[in-house]
Amino acid sequence: MPTKKEPIWIARDLAKCSGCRKCEIACSLFHEKRIWPEASRIRVFMLVPGLDFPHFCTQCEDYPCVEACPVKALSISKETGAVLVDEDKCVGCGRCIDACPGRIPHMHPTENYILICDLCKGNPQCVKVCQEGGWNVLKKVSRKEQAYKLYARKPEEITRDLAVKIYGEQGEKLL
Amino acid sequence: MILGYAGKFLEVDLSTKNVKETKFSDDVLREYIGGRGLAAKILWDRLGSKWSETNPLEPENILLFLTGPLTGFFPGGRTCVSGKSPQSNGVVGSTVAGEFGVELKCAGYDGIIVAGASEEPVYLFVKDSEVEIRKANNIWGEDAKQTVSKITKECRELLKKRFPRKGEWKEPAILYIGPAGENKVRTAVVAAKWTHAAGYGGYGAVMGSKKLKAVAVKGTGPLPEVADLQNVKKLMQSVCKDVYENELWRRWGTGAAGYEVGAKTSSEPIRNWQEEWHDEKSFGVDQFENRVWVKPYWGDFGCPTTCLKIAVIKTGKFKGAITDNPDYELQAYLGTNLGIFTPEENVFLASLIDDLGLCGIQTGNVLGFAAELFQRGILTKEDLDGLELRWGNTEAFATLARKIAFREGIGNLLAEGTYRAALKIGETKKRDLLTYAVQSKGIGIGAHGIRSGKDYPETYSYACSVQGGDHTSTACLPLHDFRSELIMTFNDSAVYCYFNIFGIPRNLKFEFYKAVTGIELTQEEWLNTKALRILQLQRAMLLLGGPDLKWNPKIHDVNPPRFYEPLPSGPYKGKTIDKTEVEKEIAKYYEAVGWDENGIPKTETLKKLGLDNVDKALERLR
Repeated sequence: MPTKKEPIWIARDLAKCSGCRKCEIACSLFHEKRIWPEASRIRVFMLVPGLDFPHFCTQCEDYPCVEACPVKALSISKETGAVLVDEDKCVGCGRCIDACPGRIPHMHPTENYILICDLCKGNPQCVKVCQEGGWNVLKKVSRKEQAYKLYARKPEEITRDLAVKIYGEQGEKLL
Repeated sequence: MILGYAGKFLEVDLSTKNVKETKFSDDVLREYIGGRGLAAKILWDRLGSKWSETNPLEPENILLFLTGPLTGFFPGGRTCVSGKSPQSNGVVGSTVAGEFGVELKCAGYDGIIVAGASEEPVYLFVKDSEVEIRKANNIWGEDAKQTVSKITKECRELLKKRFPRKGEWKEPAILYIGPAGENKVRTAVVAAKWTHAAGYGGYGAVMGSKKLKAVAVKGTGPLPEVADLQNVKKLMQSVCKDVYENELWRRWGTGAAGYEVGAKTSSEPIRNWQEEWHDEKSFGVDQFENRVWVKPYWGDFGCPTTCLKIAVIKTGKFKGAITDNPDYELQAYLGTNLGIFTPEENVFLASLIDDLGLCGIQTGNVLGFAAELFQRGILTKEDLDGLELRWGNTEAFATLARKIAFREGIGNLLAEGTYRAALKIGETKKRDLLTYAVQSKGIGIGAHGIRSGKDYPETYSYACSVQGGDHTSTACLPLHDFRSELIMTFNDSAVYCYFNIFGIPRNLKFEFYKAVTGIELTQEEWLNTKALRILQLQRAMLLLGGPDLKWNPKIHDVNPPRFYEPLPSGPYKGKTIDKTEVEKEIAKYYEAVGWDENGIPKTETLKKLGLDNVDKALERLR
């Protein structure tokens, strides 16, 4: 278990995702005080039934989204390593979405700013509910010098891999 | 406005292509809640005066997709589908798991009311308040997997085009029909996510009759505001905590029962209910778990149980089959009831049934019925278009299921469901074939028998239920029993998954209702007024029935003849139920719910509940 001050990472085991979407509920309750799946910073995609998985920021080592922001609305948290959004500065241009190899950031459904996982100041709510239920898709770990960027992948790419993993050779046909 | 509701409903007339929004008064929502209860109210108000003449498969029927105030809040999201049922000619509140209800509420609607019928195949796409009736010519005819795939792609592309700066769009939630629904097969389902279905009622056929292939919804708003968010959170947590304790329920779901209900309670349909006991360990949950489950937990919005599992056949003759678990009902109806006792064959049939958009329970019921007629030489190989419909002949059952979905040859008769098929085949064979029809009010009986006395339904449950053979709505005394139809009506009206209420304190669901809506509701009030009123409406519409069939309680509030045959095998060999005793129980039930000795709701009962116009309509039945 990482100590409080240390940067963290949410390890993810996508194929185990049950699709219960408790992470979306917990995230939106925490950040928006409502149950609001489309405003959740972590979103469960199910482009093919049975291939549910959570899609959320992986905190790339080089933070291309932060780099791409033309108004400096994005910064990196020293405590957690999370990407922080300055909601007042953000103009909703969407350049961070294009810069992200996984196209993970998404616009708030009613406000003009981008949504990116902020790791809940080091105590991620999604991890909590996923662990409580014993699914263990999400796990809080210490951030090390590793290639986290590998996990920044587009929903279609992840779906394709899971399709083969779970449905076998017919997987690709189901896309 | 009552909290917990989005506050408006969508009305779509597929004949005129007119789309509008409508509201129900707080009084109506307070009394009928949502889902099943509200369905009964809407259908009575709009079709009641011409109920007996309304053909469920003609444009005049109304198709409902309804949420309830607890949808999205109570763990385990569902949606209620209803209308005049082409199986019972009454009203069934048929629920299906998935995110549809949540998306709909997030889009700002508590439900969709569909009237009329389109000339061309269409699907409905709701994106918040933007509602489109879209052409579905290129999707019509497709199976479940292709339908979901094509609509998901098309809707995501539309969203991307219209909102280019949004980022990646998640899939919309989709309810759809397969070929069976298109062909107005009475055992067709309204389905979600390949494997989930609103089965009882046969509303897939109603969708097909309206040429409505699917409804896709993307709602980007929050769930409605609630009265007491802290308490809602607390109650959600308390439901989950309770479920987390129940390890095997989560791990096996209902799948443990494929063996257990046969071996232990001896109440599983085997070879069209000729037996209810088996000890085939090849059908044990361990075999499913170890041989075919590739995903140990699968579930729907907010669900702590995630009792579903993904099953895939990766080798052998049935390679390529994908379905969930199957759950107990499909293990029984597409397994033991057809003399099939291996996971692979069961998964293969369940996968096919999903693809065709058929109901595993109702179709398994009619397949078993046909196989017994074959066993007895009543239906010959020639009658069956050359099929050797022997018990355990999985491929023959698969062929017949396809024929049913496409209404080909003998399939056209069996597509009418067990009861109607028994009448029609009986006519040509000049025999009473209802002897072999295990159904109630046109609805095949769920896979929980009553002869051993060890399962949960009572001997009169299916005979008296306003939803016929539906095992999720069993009539039961005392009325406050957790198995009672009146209690089950709450789950289906507030619309959430009742698999998450086992073990929680009885009043928790009413506390939950209060935390969401702000309205105090006691179990007593629910039972004595609201639930009882919904029950009378459902009973009235069931008895008014028509146009093709009507039910007379004296003749039809009975168990299928099979249930009076002694069990031929197992620990309860020789056990059966006593007709006179059952009749006494039925009389007690009538009394308890305010029906006269002929099973018709009494004038005083109806007047007390403010249902004077129902009383008037029932006058001609008395």
